[in-house]
Amino acid sequence: MRYKIARQSLALPFTLFLVLFVLIPIFFIVYYAFTDSNGNFTWQAFSSFFTSTTKLNVLLVSILIGIFNTVICLLISFPLSYILANPKYNKNYVLVMFFVMPMWINFVLRTGALRDLLSVFLGWCGTTTGEHPLFCTMVGMVINYIPFTVLPLYSTMLKLDHSQIEAAQDLGCNGIQTFTRSIIPQAMPGIISASMMVFMPTISSYVISDTLSEGQIMLFGNSIYLSFSNSDWNGGSFMSLIMLLIIFVVMLGTRKFQGNDEERSAAW
Amino acid sequence: MVVKKIFAYTYIYLVLLFLYLPVFYLIVFSFTDSSFAGQWSGFSLELYPRLFQDKEIMVALGNTLIIAALSSLLSTLIGTLGAIGIFYCKKGVRHFLENINQINVVNAEIVIAMSLTVMFVFVGQKFFGGNSIFSFWTLLIGHCCLSVPFVYLNVKPKIQQMDPALYEAALDLGSTPNQAIHKVIIPQIIPGIMAALLLSFTLSLDDFIVTAFTRGSGLLSGGAQIETLSTLVQSKIKKGAVPPELRALTTIIFLIVLTIVIAYSIRVNIKAKGQKKLGKSHADKRLSFNA
Repeated sequence: MRYKIARQSLALPFTLFLVLFVLIPIFFIVYYAFTDSNGNFTWQAFSSFFTSTTKLNVLLVSILIGIFNTVICLLISFPLSYILANPKYNKNYVLVMFFVMPMWINFVLRTGALRDLLSVFLGWCGTTTGEHPLFCTMVGMVINYIPFTVLPLYSTMLKLDHSQIEAAQDLGCNGIQTFTRSIIPQAMPGIISASMMVFMPTISSYVISDTLSEGQIMLFGNSIYLSFSNSDWNGGSFMSLIMLLIIFVVMLGTRKFQGNDEERSAAW
Repeated sequence: MVVKKIFAYTYIYLVLLFLYLPVFYLIVFSFTDSSFAGQWSGFSLELYPRLFQDKEIMVALGNTLIIAALSSLLSTLIGTLGAIGIFYCKKGVRHFLENINQINVVNAEIVIAMSLTVMFVFVGQKFFGGNSIFSFWTLLIGHCCLSVPFVYLNVKPKIQQMDPALYEAALDLGSTPNQAIHKVIIPQIIPGIMAALLLSFTLSLDDFIVTAFTRGSGLLSGGAQIETLSTLVQSKIKKGAVPPELRALTTIIFLIVLTIVIAYSIRVNIKAKGQKKLGKSHADKRLSFNA
């Protein structure tokens, strides 16, 4: 029993850290979201958010871009991970690593490089990046988030039960039916966790949309950043709270599909 | 089959090309000294010495490495001890702490940054007479917030795989609890700790949002705001093209990462081959052990 207490106390710094720098800051967000600059209770941030069409527009556009980006990333990564995990095509682990490697090159630098590259490319086509903010932002999003989808999908594809797929074919499924009834359901945990890795960060991203759209596309992350640079702590806190709620709702909604935590962290 | 294979490989390499296009673009133009990538003014290695003479970049690079090293060491320490301690806690406490730990795993980086910032602002206003408390320390806390949860998630499975009787055996054989942790538990979970260390290092290296929100003055930047590579590059590309010296830096970073990835993959491949040979006998052993 004595030893047990000694071992548990090792978790003390960890607990203290989580409480001080994770829990309490969230209380501060709630506090700032519903107070004014003198610390009195107010619905000011609440009402100014929900009556401002620009802010609601930003939220809507962010969610749409988030969905769009998630779908594109999944469409590209799904066949990719299937091929990579299939021993008929690929036995080499280094190829998988190459898809993750861009994550280790500074992403602000990569985004800047892409902007320069796109401006050269669009220059050939006779236009400029400033005229196609949505196109440039989407290219940036897709390039940046594909690596995040490859790993979770790859690790579920490795576990695909190939005898079930063969059985489906033997029992008369055609290619499409095998795909929708056997492969997709089996890969569902990977699809969900890959979507999480893309959707949420896209909504709250700042650098990609700011750089590639040259400030023309505001995502939710950009709006929070803006209130930070204006020292508007109340408005910024309220928007962070909204972001937190979105995350919470999405997590609850996908909970039953979620693979275990180790898979998520392994994806990093 | 052959057609299918060709098709599959074409697809793989096309996506790879797409992913690396921006990086290769900078790398190719790091071998010419034009002011704008995309303009070739003859082969030259001029940019490489210029990179190392550029004080601004070197300061930012130094800051980035110092913060990454300190924050990854600190968060690995906190997270690992936490994982060991929590493993022996009661179920209720464990679930509670794991749920809190999960918050920052799923949370958006900008919300983490904003929540810390408003807390620091509040503390500065109330307890430091309105002075800003943003400094190197707040930045360090910010980076630790990003990585501690992932350290925990990396180390936890290794502890679960460990034989729980080992610790007690060590105590029975006369070691103190401290010795038992040093000599028995730590060596068992060292792969998880190393993975956690690497992960938190890379999380810190790449971070922009938390750095931009929580930094103050200090470190190599002296009295000015701390610049890391991410914040420096961001302020540069806001004004115009990627500065030429940074093209040379991209090549260097790429080569370092490539070396690590290839070395790691070779290790994994060797291990996989070894396991194939040993696989059967290992499985037999495990079966008999469980029985």
